[in-house]
Amino acid sequence: MATAAATQTKNKSVLWDWLTTVDHKKLAVLYLIAGTLFFVKAGVMAVLIRIQLMTAENDLISGQVFNELITMHGTIMLFLAATPLLFGFMNFAIPLQIGARDVALPFINALGFWIFFFGGLLLSMSWFFGGGADAGWTAYVPLSTREFTGSGMDFYALGLQVSGFGTLISGINFIVTIINMRAPGMTMMRMPLFCWTGLIMSILIVVAFTPLAAGLALLMLDRLFMGQFFIPDYGGNAILWAHIFWIFGHPEVYILIMPAFGIISEVVPAFSRKRLFGYSAMVFAVILIAFLSFMVWVHHMFTIGIGPITNSVFALATMTIAVPTGIKIFNWLFTMWGGKITFNTAMLCASSFVPTFVLGGITGVMLSMAPVDYLYHDTYFVVAHFHYVIIGGIVFGLIAGLHYWYPKMFGHMLNETLGKITFWLLYIGFHLTFFIQHILGLIGMQRRIYTYMSGQGLETMNMVSTIGSFVMSAAIILLVVNIVYSAFTSERITVRDPWDARTLEWSTPTPIPEYNFAQIPQVRSLDPWFYEKVHGDGKMKPSEPLKDIHMPNGSILPFLMALGLFIWGFGMVMINMDVPTVVTGIVIAVGFIMTFGTMVLHSKEDHGYYIPLERVKKIEKEVG
Amino acid sequence: MTKRKSVLRFLPLTAMLLFLAGCGEDRLTALDPYGPAAQWIYDNMILSLYVMALVVIAVFTLFFIAVVKFRRKPGDDEIPKQVEGSKALEVTWTVIPILLLIILAVPTVQGTYFFAEEPPSVGASGEGEEEDVQPEEIIIDVTAHQYWWQFDYPEGFTAGNEVYIPTGEKVWFNLTAGDVMHSFWVPALGGKLDNVPGIESMVWLQADEPGVYYGKCAELCGPSHALMEFKVVALEQDEYDEWVAAMQEEEVLPEENTIEADGRQVFENQGCIGCHAVEGQGGAQGPTLTNFADRERIAGVFEFNDETLESWIRNPEEMKQDNNMPSYESLSDEDMEALIAYLNSLSVEEKMN
Amino acid sequence: MADHVDVSQGLPAEPHRATLEGKNKFLAMWCFLTGETIMFATFFGTFLGLRHQTAGGPALADLVALPLVFFMTMLLLTSSLTSVLGILAMKKNNFKAMRNYFVITVLLGFGFIGCEIYEFYHYYHAGLGYTTSAFASSFYTLVGLHGFHVLFGLGWIITLLSRYWNAGVTLTNAHKFYAASLYWHFIDVIWVFIFTVVYLLAAGGA
Repeated sequence: MATAAATQTKNKSVLWDWLTTVDHKKLAVLYLIAGTLFFVKAGVMAVLIRIQLMTAENDLISGQVFNELITMHGTIMLFLAATPLLFGFMNFAIPLQIGARDVALPFINALGFWIFFFGGLLLSMSWFFGGGADAGWTAYVPLSTREFTGSGMDFYALGLQVSGFGTLISGINFIVTIINMRAPGMTMMRMPLFCWTGLIMSILIVVAFTPLAAGLALLMLDRLFMGQFFIPDYGGNAILWAHIFWIFGHPEVYILIMPAFGIISEVVPAFSRKRLFGYSAMVFAVILIAFLSFMVWVHHMFTIGIGPITNSVFALATMTIAVPTGIKIFNWLFTMWGGKITFNTAMLCASSFVPTFVLGGITGVMLSMAPVDYLYHDTYFVVAHFHYVIIGGIVFGLIAGLHYWYPKMFGHMLNETLGKITFWLLYIGFHLTFFIQHILGLIGMQRRIYTYMSGQGLETMNMVSTIGSFVMSAAIILLVVNIVYSAFTSERITVRDPWDARTLEWSTPTPIPEYNFAQIPQVRSLDPWFYEKVHGDGKMKPSEPLKDIHMPNGSILPFLMALGLFIWGFGMVMINMDVPTVVTGIVIAVGFIMTFGTMVLHSKEDHGYYIPLERVKKIEKEVG
Repeated sequence: MTKRKSVLRFLPLTAMLLFLAGCGEDRLTALDPYGPAAQWIYDNMILSLYVMALVVIAVFTLFFIAVVKFRRKPGDDEIPKQVEGSKALEVTWTVIPILLLIILAVPTVQGTYFFAEEPPSVGASGEGEEEDVQPEEIIIDVTAHQYWWQFDYPEGFTAGNEVYIPTGEKVWFNLTAGDVMHSFWVPALGGKLDNVPGIESMVWLQADEPGVYYGKCAELCGPSHALMEFKVVALEQDEYDEWVAAMQEEEVLPEENTIEADGRQVFENQGCIGCHAVEGQGGAQGPTLTNFADRERIAGVFEFNDETLESWIRNPEEMKQDNNMPSYESLSDEDMEALIAYLNSLSVEEKMN
Repeated sequence: MADHVDVSQGLPAEPHRATLEGKNKFLAMWCFLTGETIMFATFFGTFLGLRHQTAGGPALADLVALPLVFFMTMLLLTSSLTSVLGILAMKKNNFKAMRNYFVITVLLGFGFIGCEIYEFYHYYHAGLGYTTSAFASSFYTLVGLHGFHVLFGLGWIITLLSRYWNAGVTLTNAHKFYAASLYWHFIDVIWVFIFTVVYLLAAGGA
């Protein structure tokens, strides 16, 4: 944690420091740690799922527990693993890439992290109170309503509500950061593509997480207060939920894949030593994809019986998404074309992303043909498709990003040999697990089944798939081993730019002082750091004189506010538990007062503090 | 024989899929279609595979050339030419995909209407021409329950878990659900459509050959979602007519003083009849048992024999978690034997012969 | 956040956007309200989809006391106006006037909440419980959620008023008052939609 140690102005205990930090670089680390824990948890669930499906009519896991596993696997992976891991890199890299000292609203940044974290904890509490959520991550009604499922779904509704609010305010913070905090000369069209995708992702969060919040509120009202939105006998409508969920759910896919696109667009140029091919086309494609992502949600509901006109329109709309996605694929290819490519772990992941993602993309086009989707829908073909997109896209993107930014974040490299073994294991294991699942779907294996009958021809391919999942697990274990091993054996990095890269974050000293830039740089071009290396003197031109640096104060309030929401959420779930109403009321009240009390406390003015010029000079000398 | 008439059958991808079709179980896998709906889906899947193969070949070729040719040699510190982009190329890879998509868009729109075809009587009722109703058109109401299927025939009788249809003609299924969402899927005969409580939707299937086809529930519906299978039994037209007639016959009670008669007594005394109707007599909370002895499977999935039947009656929860049938663990061996004998006598196929 | 604004010549014309912190919060607030709009749109959609599903229970047309609702609308619109006047006073650095306008805003807001509670009480006793029908659930959810927003807005403004009762307009509190008033307008706009979509449609028999 070199970033933590370098430049503390006040002496605080380490734990207190991390609980109260508002530094985007430390919050990035917190996001990565929390995301990794949830990732491992959901990964173990995935392996259990595959073990259960290894043989026909296996009774290792019951149908109920299996449903809890698939629901929690999906929910955790999307909301509590992929999102925070991407947020981790965004938190770290975006302020550095646009030449800012911090995000726009550091307090909100910390608040967003803690609310997300406590929301995730709330969801995970379900295991100790009657089992996890069990209606699938899509939580289709009426299965997810009060009549058919247990308290796991209460935790689902409340936990996601809380963590979703954290994600929402973090997203708002990124929008404001990118629009308001750019260094002089860093115009929108000079921003690294990672910032662009981060911006678009954040906009999607603002417009997609809010319908989800509404939907979850309806579900909660159904479960806790007998709301009748989904109960046909009272005039409710079961399809309503599906619409609300997918109006959120489809953009959610792009919320996750966008920053992964961004990481690829950083890593590929850096290791091809060539600027991103067709930068403006890439930006345009990202915006177009984001726009289209709101017009296609019904393609998740082709088989719900919505009529041929709607199905046709949404099928055609879905197909159009292939065009901007194709633009991106070819631009990445042509970035490599004519470059001088170095194949380290980061680049292996980033470049192999391209063909893998194409496989996920073509099955996406196949799925968009509504009448043929009547076959694919809710089978393992779909399972294979979205794992190709999510693992082939997001996970490879994340691992590329991890190896790429690791030296800047932690001050040492990850071991390359172990890294390459990790990559090949993951790559082979991934295709072994999921390619065959396409065929499983076509020969009659539907999704979300806890077992299958013998004699239906499904045994062999399921066995192959399970073996593949073991190989993938080995890869992830090796990645963790690599992180620990490298922490002890890797050499400290003191140079600014170990990769000979192109963007602003590599112009900062390693480890990065807490104020990032002693002088905010003047940006003169796209890939500003590369520009100064080639056309300038290898240093960023400052845009301001060296002076006292204003910094925000740390605060424990975000932690307390989030804890309050956690207590409130738990109290709400207690409404359906077998406890006296008074106790429930007290818990809800405590959480409520804690949350709003801390908000009132926060309205006190906080002017932050200054790092005096002398100290800035001293730190610059040390790290420079 | 109409199946596999596709003109593309000798091309490599088709050959590969035909090979894969061998991996799947006959009359389950969608790679070996048995009716026009499944055939349409299969043909268009192949079409999309060919179109997509073009994309894959283009990308993979470019990718592998780039990866092999543009590696950085050790010690080579020269900075490659910084290319900004190329308008011509951007236009190329925008226009070509659009053309490819148009190839797929046409059958997509055609197909949605092909599958949305409604039975003639329903289609005509809007204009009030009731006389257009074709007497032979079959619309079966399908109500999905946790975890079994109820098939109500236009003639007024009900079948459970196994639906009989005639070959060579379109049969419409009017889908709804009694509790949560389910999905009606017969891979070898056609696509799937969801059963949504409170909503009715129509899908048609056609089997070109007689036989027993696998059907499955494809929407997560609870712990025993995996065990919610059904069968589609396709019969030649004349056999089907006989079956329909037999299903409608009055209930014939077993002759007195037989073990079957004792079993019938148990069936009534234990309250089985409260949920399971026989020949329309009895409740409807569970599948009708009119033609129980003709079933391929017990409870939709389990092998049909006396031992399985006994353990099912004694402890259904053990075999199919969360299902709604109460357990009869303490039923005496005698009663059980009689009950099983009675259930085994409930055959409609026997009446047909 | 270090940019200094020279206040020796008095406050700048737009004190709430004079500092970078103020600009950031201004933009963040707009983003937040965008999200809120879409959330409300979802609830509106739910309501529109379910508003005829009375399941044998009373419909809104049977119950609605349009004069009361119109009175509530006037209360809220007026409160919105007073908050605008408050912000105008703030821009003129007239803290006392701003304070008074915001106090009136709060009083009007409480008047609105009081009427709403009475209205719900009336409906409940006329047989429209929360669980009566899909329509009832969606109606109470939409209008009730708006009510909670009003309460939150009131809490917000009261907190700011009590914290800065004697502070005068400063660069650190101007953007806070501005954000609160923006939120208050948003609540008001949502109510105009509720008045139209929920009440006028019902009263008009559509």
